[in-house]
Formats: sequence, C-alpha cells, structure tokens
Amino acid sequence: MATEGKVVEHPKKAFGWAARDPSGVLSPFNFSRRETGEKDVAFKVLYCGICHSDLHMAMNEWGTSFYPLVPGHELAGIVTEVGSKVEKFKVGDKVGVGYLIDSCRSCQDCNDNLENYCPKFVVTCGAKYRDGTVTYGGYSDSMVADEHFVIRIPDNIPLEFAGPLLCAGVTVYSPLRFFGLDKPGLHIGVVGLGGLGHMAVKFAKAFGANVTVISTSPNKEKEAIEHLGADSFLISSDPKQIQGAIGTLDGIIDTVSAVHPLLPMIGLLKSHGKLIMLGVIVQPLQLPEYTLIQGRKILAGSQVGGLKETQEMINFAAEHNVKPDMEVVPIDYVNTAMQRLVKGDVKYRFVIDIGNTLKPSS
Amino acid sequence: MAKSPETELPLKAFGWAARDTSGTLSPFHFSRRENGDDDVSVKILYCGVCHSDLHTLKNDWGFTTYPVVPGHEIVGVVTKVGINVKKFRVGDNVGVGVIVESCQTCENCNQDLEQYCPKLVFTYNSPYKGTRTHGGYSDFVVVHQRYVVQFPDNLPLDAGAPLLRAGITVYSPMKYYGMTEPGKHLGVAGLGGLGHVAIKFGKAFGLKVTVISTSPNKETEAIDKLGADSFLVSKDPEKMKAAMGTMDYIIDTISAAHSLMPLLGLLKLNGKLVTVGLPSKPLELSVFPLVAGRKLIGGSNFGGLKETQEMLDFCGKHNITADIELIRMDEINTAMERLHKADVKYRFVIDVANSLSSL
Repeated sequence: MATEGKVVEHPKKAFGWAARDPSGVLSPFNFSRRETGEKDVAFKVLYCGICHSDLHMAMNEWGTSFYPLVPGHELAGIVTEVGSKVEKFKVGDKVGVGYLIDSCRSCQDCNDNLENYCPKFVVTCGAKYRDGTVTYGGYSDSMVADEHFVIRIPDNIPLEFAGPLLCAGVTVYSPLRFFGLDKPGLHIGVVGLGGLGHMAVKFAKAFGANVTVISTSPNKEKEAIEHLGADSFLISSDPKQIQGAIGTLDGIIDTVSAVHPLLPMIGLLKSHGKLIMLGVIVQPLQLPEYTLIQGRKILAGSQVGGLKETQEMINFAAEHNVKPDMEVVPIDYVNTAMQRLVKGDVKYRFVIDIGNTLKPSS
Repeated sequence: MAKSPETELPLKAFGWAARDTSGTLSPFHFSRRENGDDDVSVKILYCGVCHSDLHTLKNDWGFTTYPVVPGHEIVGVVTKVGINVKKFRVGDNVGVGVIVESCQTCENCNQDLEQYCPKLVFTYNSPYKGTRTHGGYSDFVVVHQRYVVQFPDNLPLDAGAPLLRAGITVYSPMKYYGMTEPGKHLGVAGLGGLGHVAIKFGKAFGLKVTVISTSPNKETEAIDKLGADSFLVSKDPEKMKAAMGTMDYIIDTISAAHSLMPLLGLLKLNGKLVTVGLPSKPLELSVFPLVAGRKLIGGSNFGGLKETQEMLDFCGKHNITADIELIRMDEINTAMERLHKADVKYRFVIDVANSLSSL
C-alpha cells in the first residue's frame, strides 16, 4: 500500500514534478536532495525518459510507492560536483542513472555485479533509501547518486538518447546476453513493439540476429521492417501466420506486460529454444508444461541489469549506433504523455527535455 | 483390408496388450519384423512399468491406437545381430528405452538428440512402416542398433530396467541444465519412479538433496533408505516459507496438476526448475518471480541414445539402480491399479522371461 515517506529537509533545494496520490497526476513539486557525500556524484538532469514503470509506480499499481512520488529512472545529464573519494567521474562528464540507485553492496548478488537482483536494491524513484528518506527520480532538475550507480555516457551518444538505454536498453540487452541469444545468425522473436520491444529489435540486429516482430497490430509492420530493421513480422492473433512460423525461433524476448497466452509463443520456439519474459504481468498465466518438455524449451524472466552490465550495454550501443526512437516533450506535457503511453501511442519512448523546460515555479 | 497384427510381419510375437480405454491388459499375439542388417534382436528378460504406460493404456493423452503393447524400460539378452552390427554380440545384456527409430539426418539426430527429432518413433504406440510399434510387455523385440544400449555388467538386470526411462528422464536435464555442481542444493518434487532416481543421481553428483512432497509419511524412507538430506512437506506453509530461496535447482517429477508458485519460491536467484512430470493440464504460474529472480522453468524429454548409454555407464560406476517390486506378467492389471494410486516403492518391473508364457 502507498505510504507517506519520511520528509527530510536536505541541504540542496531541488525541483521536479511529482504525483501526490494514486491518481498518478503529476504537478510541480519543491523538494531537496542530500549534500554530495564523499562517494557521491551530483549532476544536473537534462533529459529523462518516461518508462511504463513510472506510470505503474505513480499510480501505486505495485503497492510499493511512497508519495509524493517523483518518477523517472532514465536520467541523463552533466556532472556538477563529485565527492572527495569519487574516482570515475569529474565535473562536466556526461552521465546517467537508471533503475537502481542503491543496493546492499555486500551480498553475493552485489558482489557478482547483479545489483538488480539484490534483495535490498533501491529503485531510483518512489522507494525508501538507506537513510529512510524517499528516493526522488529524474523528472527533476538535479540528482545525487553514489558513484557506483552512475553510468558514463559515451561521447558519441547525445544525452537525449541516453536515458531510455539505461532502463529499456539494459532490460533487453541483459537477457539477450545471459541466455546466449546474442550469437550471429540466430532467429530471435520480439513480442510487443513499444519501448522495450523496439530496443530489443535494435540490439538483436546489432548482434547479427534475424529478427521477427510478433505483434497484435498489423499497422506496425511497415515501420518494424523499414524503420527498425526487423526481418519479418507476425500477427500473433492470426493462427495461420503463427502456424507457419512454428518451431522457427531460437529465442523470444517477450516485452508485453498484459496477460497473453504463452502457448503460441512456446510453439514458435525451436527445440531448445528460450522464451524470456520481461513484462511485469501481475495476473497468473497458464503454462502448458508439456510444450516445454517435448522440445526441451525454457521459460525464464529477467529484470533490468546490473551496473557493470549497464555500462557495457551503453558502450556497445555507442559502438554499434543503437539508439532509441523517441519523442522529446516538455515537462508540462508529462500527464498527456502518460495518457498516451497507456494507449501505446508513442514511437517508442517519450523523453522529457528537462534542461530546457523544467523551471521552478515561482 | 488391413492385415491383423498377428500376420502383418514375418516373426510371431507374444505379449500383453490393452484393447480399449479401460486399459485392461490381456494376452495378445502379434508379429515383428525380421532381423535386418542393422538390427539387434533382444529376448526380453525384464520390463519396467512406467506411468506413461498407464496414461497410454487409458488414452489419457488422446493419441493411443488399440491394441497397444506398452513397455519402454526393456532389459534383455541379444539373440541375433545383423551383419552391420559391430557394437553388440549374441549373449550381450542390453537395454531398449523410449524410442526405436528417428530420421537420423536432422539437426537434432546429428547432435545425438534423437528424442527431439520431429520424426521419432516410440517403442510402442507409434506408426511404423505401415504397422505400429509394440513395446516391452512381450517376449522379444527387434531394434535398429542405434537405439540399443549396452547394459552394465555389474548392475542387476531387473532393478536396472527402470533406468531406461525413469533414469534418463532425470539424468538428461540434470546434465543439460547444469544441475550437477557438487555442494549445490537440489529439490526433488514428487517421490515416485522419477523422483526416487533423481535423489540417487543427486547424491552421486555430490548435491545436497531435499525431497519436496505432500506426504509426511514418506520422510523416513526418503532419508534413511534413499539418502536424501532433508524432507519438506509442501502442504506445511511455515516449513515452505522457511525454505524459500534456498535451492539452486528443482526437478519437478509431479504429473498431477499442481501450482508452480511454491516451487519457484524455493529457488535462489538464477534458480532452475525443470519439469519432467508430463502433467496433462496447463499449470498456473506468475511470471513475476521469473522476472524478479531471473529464474527459469525448463522442460526435458527422456534422453538421446548416446546420453542414455552415458547414463547407464554412470549408474554402473556409482552402483545406481531403481528400487523395484518385481511382478509376474499376470499381475500387471493389479499393478496398474496400484500405480494409479502411487502405491509402489518405487517402480514395478515385470519378470517377463519367467512369467510371460504363450497360450
């Protein structure tokens, strides 16, 4: 259930837009951020991506939100201050922060660079930080974060493109790598063509895969093939198309967060194929187990990525020119953007132009 | 008009078959092919009774053609070999498992994964060159040499028969999914034919093994006799909660409908749940633990022939056999009723050679 976070006056004034309640409606909000500690990096936020999870959190759909809630976990900006023990960054560097702002730093997962699976990881927005205060995300003018959770943005990635890579990008990059779906020549399916899906197509193509987009919307086909570079397109609600593609895919990245049947997806896999779920589907699904047994197939999940992997991902994106397709919007468009996001009406990520449009209210 | 099973092939054969969905077995005369150049003829000594046999007899899966002679845990002695057969000689003890033919040219066959060949032929209940295959509840079988395995000298034939199906069904995924790292923690869900062999393999791999079962009364046997390290009653919410996030792997051998959620909760991060139980209805699952814990659910279907031989050799080395109840052929229907109630520790094996008499 939603709770009020501990409100603490930190020394540094900050300004952003926050949701006050589960309506999720955002409005201007004055708050404060901590002093830049010895291991902290402070930066001016210039852009922040809008992820569907921001919407889930703003509306407390997962029951874990603290209000007032400043969303935003796809931040990109310029360093303004570094603590005395910071080694990796200096003032003026291009940096970003993704979904995680803290973790326990001592468990096996943290030690294995898997902070995203640490039982105590802290989300960049709407969660409780180690000092008991609420984390405020990137729909704001500034950010202070422990150096460990800050990502260097390569020079050839313009800042407006960086934010979505830090969440959507790593969320698809991590499982493609971990489950061995990054080998050239593999046939990869991508279910759902939104923020995650379009990034999955681009990364899979960069890995040398043959990519099939699987979608319920026929009108996305042209764009998927001509613009995003997919090799083919399958309408998941057309039984003939599904039948024709049975047993053809080495792996499927399923980004859909609504309930949908697993059986057709499992059927599309070759034997030894892998179906990786990324969408946070709260309701139970039906798993026809025999389909896994007959083809030795795998159903698995994955969640964002660790920090080392996020840095590796963005470096890879820079090298292979993998960039999100975005619609840049001013901060006062954010509520409209959220409504359009609910309807999937965006190609394929909104990014808030914080630097130019977020001004403190008088 | 179709030839009768008795006359369609050159060699007379005898076994027990079911004629309808009652699944009741009774004596049945049929025929088998001549021993070809690549074939091995096996006089059947023992045949294990697998739950798949029961499902097939009753047409639970909807693709049974009657009459059907089940049985795919066959152990016997070679009586004849074709001229191209070099691996086997008359007098060898051999085994035949779940398949007797595959295409031999597809990617799966070329990788010794015949069990995933789209054209595989099962040992029983499969169409085969105009006739149908009949299994090991019979006096002999003629099989292409590729689908015959050498039986270890040091293992008892009767207790070794279930390895041909139950054994390979748990061994194959344990190897494929990397569930063999000494010191790791394996959960075995379900304590029947598959489950009890999984415990033995788990211990042989150096794993810590916990049995997960609905029946508290199986605990003493699981630990004292089968060698499990601990026992978890899945209906005890407190014990299940205390065990959350403690297992690296789980082999789920349960074939009845059950929820996967409690089992997924027992897994650590990156944990693997492998399902081999062939439930007939879809199971309910939430993807959230998969996403939040990068856990996976994998399937696996018995094993290829090279792997089956490897598994038998492993069993020979570690002295692993099944715990069985030896029965006569004419006790098979009672055994099937008991199997349906899971009233067996832990596999029936038919003493074919000594009890199958031709009428």
